[in-house]
Amino acid sequence: MGIDMIIFTVLSAIAIAAALGVILSKNPVNSVLCMITCFVAIAGHYIMLNAQFLFVVHLIVYTGAIMVLFLFVLMMMNLNADIEPQKRNWLKYAGAISGGALLLVLVAALRDASLPAIQEGGKTDIGLVSNLGKTLFTSYVVPFELSSVLFLSAMVGAVVIGKK
Amino acid sequence: MDFTIDWYFLIEKLLLISAVLGISLLVAMYSTWGERKVAAWIQDRRGPNRAGIFGLLQPLADGGKLFFKEEIIPSHANRFLFVLGPSLAMLTACLTSAVIPWGDSLTIGDRIVSLQIADINIGVLWIMAVVGMGVYGIMIGGWASNNKFSLLAACRGASQVISYELPMGLALIALFMLSGSLSLKDIVEQQREGVWYIVLQPIGFLIFLICAFAECNRTPFDLPEAENELNGGYHLEYSSMKLGFYLFAEYINMFISSVLMATLYFGGYAFPYMDSLGLDGNMLTILGIVALFIKTFFFIFVFMWVRWTIPRFRYDQLMKLGWKILIPLALLNMLVTGAVVLFRQYGI
Repeated sequence: MGIDMIIFTVLSAIAIAAALGVILSKNPVNSVLCMITCFVAIAGHYIMLNAQFLFVVHLIVYTGAIMVLFLFVLMMMNLNADIEPQKRNWLKYAGAISGGALLLVLVAALRDASLPAIQEGGKTDIGLVSNLGKTLFTSYVVPFELSSVLFLSAMVGAVVIGKK
Repeated sequence: MDFTIDWYFLIEKLLLISAVLGISLLVAMYSTWGERKVAAWIQDRRGPNRAGIFGLLQPLADGGKLFFKEEIIPSHANRFLFVLGPSLAMLTACLTSAVIPWGDSLTIGDRIVSLQIADINIGVLWIMAVVGMGVYGIMIGGWASNNKFSLLAACRGASQVISYELPMGLALIALFMLSGSLSLKDIVEQQREGVWYIVLQPIGFLIFLICAFAECNRTPFDLPEAENELNGGYHLEYSSMKLGFYLFAEYINMFISSVLMATLYFGGYAFPYMDSLGLDGNMLTILGIVALFIKTFFFIFVFMWVRWTIPRFRYDQLMKLGWKILIPLALLNMLVTGAVVLFRQYGI
């Protein structure tokens, strides 16, 4: 067992434990904190794959921005946890059934899928900033620009809603 | 794969990490003393002068007092999160120093020791990531106190940090267009050979400076701690060393921001004519560290100077400055820099 394997195991254990914490903890703020831990552990996996840019963008966007917004909303909402209305029973059944259906679809899809052989991690250099930038702005420039237009329209939409 | 550990490498990095952490804490400690001396000087007073010569033992006395004070955790507060808040603030304040080049390399025996803990090629992005995570210390502490004033201050603090991250990032993008590298070491080496980036990016530096003030919650942007409306801010319910951690994290942030400004725009450990002095490598490295610290102390002084000179903004003015002035200015700066870089590469 090399040092890579040890780090991989530890990171995976943290990620899975944190992911379980997200769904099992009663307090929504604890769930968010578990989710942040999970994201940080997954960011560690990106480093193991030598994808440094993805690692840091994952930290900036998911843990630094999106989860802060989650926390903002929850902290404002959860001030009176005791008088919060209880969830109805049919909602729980509906959740269980739809979750089970999704699991079924995923298992069916995975059974027939032919997974490509997993490469030895840490050997490719595509995740470094300069290589990734060159690839994005030469081979994939059209999808890249199209997705940036998508982001722009989302931003304009947010401003329009905010103005109302 | 087998287990071969380069023990010298490990010891070298451990020593370097302890040295960097120790120096950060020491500088932060004496910044509290410096702050009071500068305040006294500006307000025509003497400042602390009882503990030790020139009051130099004052930080130790303050620290001792904070340690021995009674610790109070509010009865309805979430205990775990209440302790986690200040710890996170301290952790994120210390994390940034990993990618800063504190000096060139030292030659000890036949080993070349680089005075940078991690020379990763995403150095500056790592700093942005850590700054983004610094919000959690404030938010968790403010929320866990179970006090509406703390919560309000935490929301203010978090929205301020998020708002000023954007112009800071945009100002840095213009810098990267010139440097072509995200590694802080490369940026310093380029300034060693060419001119300092303050000459090429004066507007970018100004934006970075303003944002650094806002990110550190320093006056004129210390709204999270506005005493007259919020009773003392997000750490209102904290006492003893937990309060000390929050206050201390602010000083560490100030130190790291000052080092960053010196590194990105003022040449870091490089100083003019350093390669024509004819000194050997080790001597030059030590002089470089001294140069970096002189620049850093100057910026720490600027932080204090501004604090005791300018009053606090109103909250809407703060948001207006961030979103309506700094972001458009940073975008314009980015556009002009990009145009100039393209023009110099390809002509018309």
